Amino acid sequence: MNNPLNASSLDNSGRRIVVDPVTRIEGHMRCEVNVDENNIIRNAVSTGTMWRGLEVILKGRDPRDAWAFVERICGVCTGTHALTSCRAVEDALGIQIPLNAHLIRHMMDKTLQIHDHIVHFYHLHALDWVNPVNALKADPKATSELQQMVSPHHAKSSPGYFKDVQTRLKKFVESGQLGLFANGYWDNPAYKLPAEADLMAVAHYLEALDLQRDIVKIHTIFGGKNPHPNYMVGGVACAINLDGVGSSGAPVNMTSLNFVLERIREAQAFTNNVYIPDVMTIAGVYKDWLYGGGLSSTNLLSYGTYTQVPYDKSTDLLPAGAIVNGNWDEVLPVDVRDPEQIQEFVDHSWYNYEGEKKGLHPWDGETQPNFELGPNTVGTKTDIKELDESAKYSWIKAPRWRGHAMEVGPLARYIIAYASGQERVQEQVDRSLSGFNQSTGLNLGLKQFLPSTIGRTLARALECQLCADTMLDDWHQLIGNIKNGDSSTANVEKWDPSSWPKEAMGVGINEAPRGALGHWIKIKDGKIENYQAVVPTTWNGSPRDSDGNIGAFEASLLNTPMERPDEPVEILRTLHSFDPCLACSTHVMSEDGQELTKVKIR
Amino acid sequence: MSQIETFYEVMRRQGITRRSFLKYCSLTAAALGLGPTFGPKIANAMETKERTPVIWLHGLECTCCSESFIRSAHPLVKDVVLSMISLDYDDTLMASAGHQAEALLEETIQKYKGKYILAVEGNPPLNEDGMFCIIGGKPFLDQLKHAAKDAAAVIAWGSCASWGCVQAARPNPTQAVPIHKVITDKPIIKVPGCPPIAEVMTGVITYMLTFGRVPELDRQGRPKMFYSQRIHDKCYRRPHFDAGQFVEEWDDEGARKGYCLYKVGCKGPTTYNACSTVRWNEGTSFPIQAGHGCIGCSEDGFWDKGSFYDRLTDIHQFGIEQNADEIGTAVAGGVGAAIAAHAAVSAIKRAQHKGDQDS
Repeated sequence: MNNPLNASSLDNSGRRIVVDPVTRIEGHMRCEVNVDENNIIRNAVSTGTMWRGLEVILKGRDPRDAWAFVERICGVCTGTHALTSCRAVEDALGIQIPLNAHLIRHMMDKTLQIHDHIVHFYHLHALDWVNPVNALKADPKATSELQQMVSPHHAKSSPGYFKDVQTRLKKFVESGQLGLFANGYWDNPAYKLPAEADLMAVAHYLEALDLQRDIVKIHTIFGGKNPHPNYMVGGVACAINLDGVGSSGAPVNMTSLNFVLERIREAQAFTNNVYIPDVMTIAGVYKDWLYGGGLSSTNLLSYGTYTQVPYDKSTDLLPAGAIVNGNWDEVLPVDVRDPEQIQEFVDHSWYNYEGEKKGLHPWDGETQPNFELGPNTVGTKTDIKELDESAKYSWIKAPRWRGHAMEVGPLARYIIAYASGQERVQEQVDRSLSGFNQSTGLNLGLKQFLPSTIGRTLARALECQLCADTMLDDWHQLIGNIKNGDSSTANVEKWDPSSWPKEAMGVGINEAPRGALGHWIKIKDGKIENYQAVVPTTWNGSPRDSDGNIGAFEASLLNTPMERPDEPVEILRTLHSFDPCLACSTHVMSEDGQELTKVKIR
Repeated sequence: MSQIETFYEVMRRQGITRRSFLKYCSLTAAALGLGPTFGPKIANAMETKERTPVIWLHGLECTCCSESFIRSAHPLVKDVVLSMISLDYDDTLMASAGHQAEALLEETIQKYKGKYILAVEGNPPLNEDGMFCIIGGKPFLDQLKHAAKDAAAVIAWGSCASWGCVQAARPNPTQAVPIHKVITDKPIIKVPGCPPIAEVMTGVITYMLTFGRVPELDRQGRPKMFYSQRIHDKCYRRPHFDAGQFVEEWDDEGARKGYCLYKVGCKGPTTYNACSTVRWNEGTSFPIQAGHGCIGCSEDGFWDKGSFYDRLTDIHQFGIEQNADEIGTAVAGGVGAAIAAHAAVSAIKRAQHKGDQDS
């Protein structure tokens, strides 16, 4: 077998580079690579370095409370686990929610998508492309011209505005207290933007802080707070009262709906005038840096999302499906209930399955933590210098779809939607590619352009635009439904546990900001018997499996040249393009959660 | 000195006149519940202070505290980070990674011994020699103890660092512990909540920078300025509680009219936090206003106190006259079901006024 994305094809003889902590991500992660004599990455090892055991904690609890526990899996993609949990419980108990609740949940979910994508790009990812120190050299007038050229409708574009931003940055840098920018790689030749583009991006880093603060207020209206808005099994808790007694103290009334509408419009304007032009500007300058494709050129998975007719998955705005071996002509159906399709492996994860090297479907998942290091580890148990990837090396399990390692996330959703003929997505992607080719003079095809680090970053921006636009549709549909006399927000028929069957099992799915998310639940005697979440970063950040298939993070780093191996700019750039979320990725639970209280010390 | 941009300079540069700046300072003093003489003190501090170094560590957590922090509207988080503090280490936001990031941590500790603020989000697991949370190949516990040693003050952000939170809920498989279990020689300011409110977080920081001292804390280590009253005490739905008007089930008439959520499990009567006063996300709303009961996320062990939809039955009594210390004593004393009795009284009142309610 000579699969380039198999561990057997990797060369770990060259110099080993260790990056720990990997910063500007959620949670804790380590990355090790080997570079050859030309400083090209030939082996990559990605490690989840935290484990919290939330699903163990869920055992025996009230299923109606589960959303709050699993919401705390992650405060960055806040709400997506809560929503998925409600769906899992509703699926198990046969509860269908009212249309208004469906629409409000969609608006909350899209709010998260927009927020998460914008914060990711500007506050976690941008510094991989943008050099804030170089921005000091920019001419504010030329920056203003650049801004007006790339987005003629953006109001903050005067020379005086950019002069102010630059002055503030100058004072900050000259203070000697560089804070978050300290020890950055600012003289590394991997940074290629002209100074004016750097200054424009720094201004947008600050503008995005304002936007992210405001867009989440949609969660505050419908869910009471952000981060961690409230969700509820059976619908939403925010009752609607537009013109009756008590309307002004009701959660959803005319003023709060008007408020939401304003936030949607702001998000649309920011995405169209700032976010997408910035990504396209960066793509244009880094036109020769098309590394980082990895698994995205072969294997992609999406569960589908934004179901337009409730409970009819065929109406998903971003459809479900799987692509394997790079065959975009065939989008395969995905069934999350089929025990043969989704399985998790632990050969290289710090867990044990009893007895054998097998894959387990999440409904039958089991977990026994087993922290042990391989014989070639350099260092000690509590001071690891270099990991031994031939043995166990991560707190993340290895999920596989029909045995394949898969990439999930915005790029997977977009390629699958494109390949499925989703016209809205095709239009966005085609427009972006032709814009890129025009501005760079290149003539790249989709399969050269999209499966790359920059393609992953672009897909996220396009999805942000799609969410802002369609959230406006949701808002109008909600108004229309209320106008037709339907104010219902909750189905309480099965709220009382005495109405439940003795045993039930269900699955909830969603497409979280970082990709395919599934929660599998078993309920017995009104309590949670088993709960298992397989989350996006478990797919993308997975270690190797029994057959040596490597995960998306590791695959994406291969064959990338590094300007300076001691400065991991390129590693960060590509890892960040996945928006890793490590707190999400590292939980699991056994049929017999009790075992977890006995942790083996070796 | 000083090319360092002070907060005053930031405001001036943004077109604020000196007169407005002084007014802002006196309003800030008033908002913090301080007398008018504090206005000039705030002004002086903001005009002259250099930025205080802050080390922000992450243990087992979900990053909701960082996310909340960047939502702050007053002060704006960009002003906090660019002009008020020097966020010298924060692995969620910092540009550098790996060795360069580790070097920064060490440099900050050495350079500012005894002068930096240590802010901790999340908590250390003790099981598996601490290796359920690994930073730089070593247990997070080591990093935490190391950074705490020379800190001037320690802030415990959120319920993880303050109490343990979700990973410490039964059966706590990783043996995650609140930071006061491992940092025992330093005052710790607990700012609980899952997450805490953004303006509460930046309020605590600005108070410390402005006055050069730790805010007054209650017996459990929480700033009294934000945690001395229960959500129920200042809830806008409180009059409905007193009138015996309750949401009986989701989306009923009471839910649409904004009645009290006590009967569907609201933990507002036992939760000390500023949600009903400061509210969330620039004062936009808060959980009860959005129709769901409070789940008590700023209280110690709130995950293990029964379902979020169970009605409270174990609280002593009501009234804003009691502070957290006193009520804590009362609860510890195991006093019975007075809240239920209180609700019953309210129900009687409702019965008496029944004719008024069907409007």
